[in-house]
Amino acid sequence: MYDFSALYEATSVQNAVELMQAHPSAVLIAGGSDILIKMREGKLAGAELISLFKLDELREVTLDPDGALRIGPMTSFSHATNSPLLQQYMPALGESADTVGGPQLRSVGTLGGNICNGVTSADTASTQVAYDAMLEITGVNGMRKISIHDFYKGVGKVDLAPGELLTGILIPKESYENCFGYYIKYTMRNAMDIATIGCSINVVLSADKKTIQRVRISYGVAGPVPMRARSAEAAVNGQPVNEATIALIGDAVLSDVNPRTSWRASADFRKQIISETARRGLRAAVERAGGVF
Amino acid sequence: MEKKLVKCNINGKDVETYVDVRASLTDMLRNDYRLTSVKKGCEVGECGACNVIIDGECFNSCIYLAVWAEGKHIRTLESLLSPDGELSDIQQAFVDEAAVQCGFCTPGFIMTAVKVLETGKEYTREELRKQLSGHLCRCTGYENILNAVEKTMKKRLGKA
Repeated sequence: MYDFSALYEATSVQNAVELMQAHPSAVLIAGGSDILIKMREGKLAGAELISLFKLDELREVTLDPDGALRIGPMTSFSHATNSPLLQQYMPALGESADTVGGPQLRSVGTLGGNICNGVTSADTASTQVAYDAMLEITGVNGMRKISIHDFYKGVGKVDLAPGELLTGILIPKESYENCFGYYIKYTMRNAMDIATIGCSINVVLSADKKTIQRVRISYGVAGPVPMRARSAEAAVNGQPVNEATIALIGDAVLSDVNPRTSWRASADFRKQIISETARRGLRAAVERAGGVF
Repeated sequence: MEKKLVKCNINGKDVETYVDVRASLTDMLRNDYRLTSVKKGCEVGECGACNVIIDGECFNSCIYLAVWAEGKHIRTLESLLSPDGELSDIQQAFVDEAAVQCGFCTPGFIMTAVKVLETGKEYTREELRKQLSGHLCRCTGYENILNAVEKTMKKRLGKA
């Protein structure tokens, strides 16, 4: 038995917005793998819940007319991994989803929940950041669209006003077209663990596959929220596919990140992992794109 | 507390009952349907002892609200029992391989194994390890469990 005082099950996005207006102190629950566990710990005791669980219209992955991949925020990790569209256009997202927790957790946790909880270690968050995801947020005044980079406001804080919910994750065509990505999760255990560092990287190579036209690299646990390593990207863009570029990115990422010491790992160790995952990730992404070192 | 009617199909049978909206699916399966193969272990989705198959996918029923089961097809270990009481091949393999000691994790493990085996695919040992990674066993050290699943997989594929 969970210790909540009421459960309101939304029947549509519109209904969810109405329920949030009617019950302003209620907590939204999607897959439940955060909220129900917090509740077991005695946090949120007596809270009212608004469940999005039955909003199947938010569980689909589709292609928009402009070519953007539209990912319903209620898409579970395992559905993301098995989605033919994602496998075709950006397998890195499904691969990052496949590293979360264990198999049963991946049936229930959602891509939207993974960013709405504002947690830096969220495995799919760094990949969503690395692909410049656009977010559709629906509230009382209709829908607004913002970049995922503006969505994160701090540890556990995201740009969702009272009465608003995430209703779409869009990956623009220019983000995934001709682009090859790779995700590395560094953990102590092979399963059921939280990332010590997560690194998501993707590249677009020149037609002759000898030059890195564009690289995007993003980290989880390298700072309070998932973050891009912009100066490292600038340093590597336009560089040739060779060992010197691999060495370059490993050093350059360190000026972008700000990891902390926790019981999981020291800041110094995290910096070492940040450099190493940049090097290995860049190599893997370039090789996926057909580049040869 | 508010009660809600939940209609679903459990182990091939259409059923319905009024449940407290605060109940987990584990609560409903154990208390309302007496399906006590569904174990209460960690109750935070880590140990896998409460694992059941819902519409073909594995879920930890402890972090799944009972009311979410509306319209779903749920399978628990009890569904494996044959009419004459014989064990299924995967259960027998757990016995033969000494993959059971205290038995608390066993129903969860077996339901994941059922889902894995029903894909009809052949997995490497490493892949099986990943597929079974959402379950904790404190007795066996996992090797015998992997042996049981691997052996059953090969048997079903006609490779053993």
